[in-house]
Amino acid sequence: MAKIIGLPKLSPTMEEGTLVSWDKKEGDEVEVDDLLAEVETDKATMEFRSFDRGVLLKILVPEGETLEPDVPVAIIGKAGEDITDLLAELASASASEPASAPESASAPESAPESASESASAPESAPESAPASGRVLSSPLVRRLARERSIDLRDVEGSGPQGRIVKRDIESHPSPSVRAVSAPGERLPPRIVRASSMRRTIARRLTESKQSVPHYYLTIDVDIAPLSDARRAMNAVLEAEGEKLSLNDLIIKAAAATLRRVPEVNASWMDKEIHYHQVVDISVAVAIDDGLMTPVIRDADRKGVAQIAREVRELAARAREKKLQPEQMTNGTFSISNLGMFGIEEFSAVINPPEGAILAVGTIRNEPVVAGDAIVPGRRMRFTMSCDHRVIDGATGAKFMAALKKALEEPAMMLL
Amino acid sequence: MREIRYREALREAMLEEMERDGNVFLMGEEVGHYQGAYKVSEGLLEQFGERRVIDTPIAEAGFAGVGIGAAMAGLRPIIEFMTWNFSFVAFDQIISNAAKVHAMSAGAIRVPIVFRGPNGAAKQVAAQHSHSCAPFYTNIPGLFVIQPSTPRDAKGLLKSAIRSNNPVVFLEGETLYGVKGEVPDEGVDELVPIGESRLARSGSDCTIVSWGRPYYTVLAAAEKLAEDGIECEVIDPRTLRPLDTSLMVESVKKTNRCVVVHEHWPYGGPGAEIVDRLQREAFDYLDAPLERVAGLDVPMPYALNLEDSVLPTEERVIDAVKRVSYAK
Repeated sequence: MAKIIGLPKLSPTMEEGTLVSWDKKEGDEVEVDDLLAEVETDKATMEFRSFDRGVLLKILVPEGETLEPDVPVAIIGKAGEDITDLLAELASASASEPASAPESASAPESAPESASESASAPESAPESAPASGRVLSSPLVRRLARERSIDLRDVEGSGPQGRIVKRDIESHPSPSVRAVSAPGERLPPRIVRASSMRRTIARRLTESKQSVPHYYLTIDVDIAPLSDARRAMNAVLEAEGEKLSLNDLIIKAAAATLRRVPEVNASWMDKEIHYHQVVDISVAVAIDDGLMTPVIRDADRKGVAQIAREVRELAARAREKKLQPEQMTNGTFSISNLGMFGIEEFSAVINPPEGAILAVGTIRNEPVVAGDAIVPGRRMRFTMSCDHRVIDGATGAKFMAALKKALEEPAMMLL
Repeated sequence: MREIRYREALREAMLEEMERDGNVFLMGEEVGHYQGAYKVSEGLLEQFGERRVIDTPIAEAGFAGVGIGAAMAGLRPIIEFMTWNFSFVAFDQIISNAAKVHAMSAGAIRVPIVFRGPNGAAKQVAAQHSHSCAPFYTNIPGLFVIQPSTPRDAKGLLKSAIRSNNPVVFLEGETLYGVKGEVPDEGVDELVPIGESRLARSGSDCTIVSWGRPYYTVLAAAEKLAEDGIECEVIDPRTLRPLDTSLMVESVKKTNRCVVVHEHWPYGGPGAEIVDRLQREAFDYLDAPLERVAGLDVPMPYALNLEDSVLPTEERVIDAVKRVSYAK
């Protein structure tokens, strides 16, 4: 008969564990002592092995979820067994006990989520401590914790029943504040619990770098024409209070190039390749303690001024952590720019399921050979990381050549 | 500014409005020849005569109803209840007629009437004569309910009430009649707007909302708390319906905590209404549960020591403020 499997206590002091990965899929045979999943506890990543034999009928908890011991995570039984009663029981249990593991029964199917989608929930971090370890705090404290990215599990409460109140959080350093050591004093590492956004970034990028076969193509571009075009456009736009950045023009150029080389605008979806028929560009935006990727929809069809406006608005929302999930999911291609830091070139990690990401470096003023003469040049390097499963080297190279052409002859974008 | 008593402020308000508008008249038990059971109408009979200062039999339902009829016909009556405890026999007139006619006539008939008199406990008048009536009347759409704490507000709000085209329940206090306070000089036509609260004391640590008799208990408690380093901000709503929470919300956003202190029983009423609105309008700013210090949930005892402990005390106010401030 099918039974509900709860999260085991994998260390004596474990108060909660993060289900890092499932090693079995629904429908898999399970033997006693088979590895079911890996669980990150307060001590280490531990193996969660089965005490039962049968078939893994249902996974109740998506990867990445942090849970307290005994919260139902899976159902094991005989193949084909009807588990609707068990699921109903779980649903009613979670309805009557809203405080315990609110998400465990509600979202058993983990939809494919993009990094930015889960990164959209950093605000839930302070409040997600589950039942037994539920953090009591005043509404004011919750708001302040959200605003200052303080994890309330790290704060000692001095109110009734340990409630965290204003004075507790006021004396708590923001994560960005560093303890200053006296001369000669050697302080131990400052230990900060990773926010849910950080954990998502860690998990998603690790997954990307481990499962996506990256390769990299770098091309050097004469950026003078685009730079001059920008200056000319800004001279006109100034009167309207608008301003374009070079990055806005690069977004436009990349979007136009994706139309010319559509094979790059693609995703590997296990047994299928999805060639996207829209050009939605994810733009990496650095924020406090992380990064977000708001998406410029239909960038190929939009004018640069409109792209500039959208980037500005979405980046501001990202920094305020006010992006809606639909504003940062389902991009088809990413652009990341570290030029403002003087980085000449770098290789970015692909944001799955997108097939490629373009890394933009800084403008270099350097001598360039033009014919027989050495002349002053303005150069910029672009590096594209490609998922080799969908984009072969020659295809990627074709894209880079076309991009170079678009950037060096901005009028091409009019085509 | 001169200082006068609350009772004199009320008398001036009536006198000035009766001088200003010939449709205003006063009616109630002992308001004329006896000069008012609490001397609020002193001298009015002499000045305005028996047509405008009318002594009635002991028949609240009757003279409340006559007043409502007069208001519907275009006069502006002031109906004095000797105490609000006696309004219960006129409850039906106030609720079914005064509060309803405007809506039920689709706005055709107005009822510009003021019902006024002392409200709440006095001293050892026991269970039947100590009612704090705000919860009864604030529950009724169609009525304005005003409960001024200071002489200045008493005068300015009574003048506004008399000029209002809505039926107004005006709650005074036997123990407040003797309270002295600054009031603009006689003849200065100061109207205090209906539906506007007032900042009575500034402070950064805890908001206290209070009105009526406990308002003075709160001000005394605030001084003691200041000695302990807790600065309270005191807000007097003045009008209980329509209720103005804007100052309170602004204050709670600053102090992050609030105690509401009122004489009426704890079950429902304006005290509960204020707490309900603040928890919604300032939720993300609250560092502690909203607290109330209310009259205890019992019929008022006759014994003086028991009566004193049923009414909100300084000690209970101080305890509540310290509790929400997480102070020892």
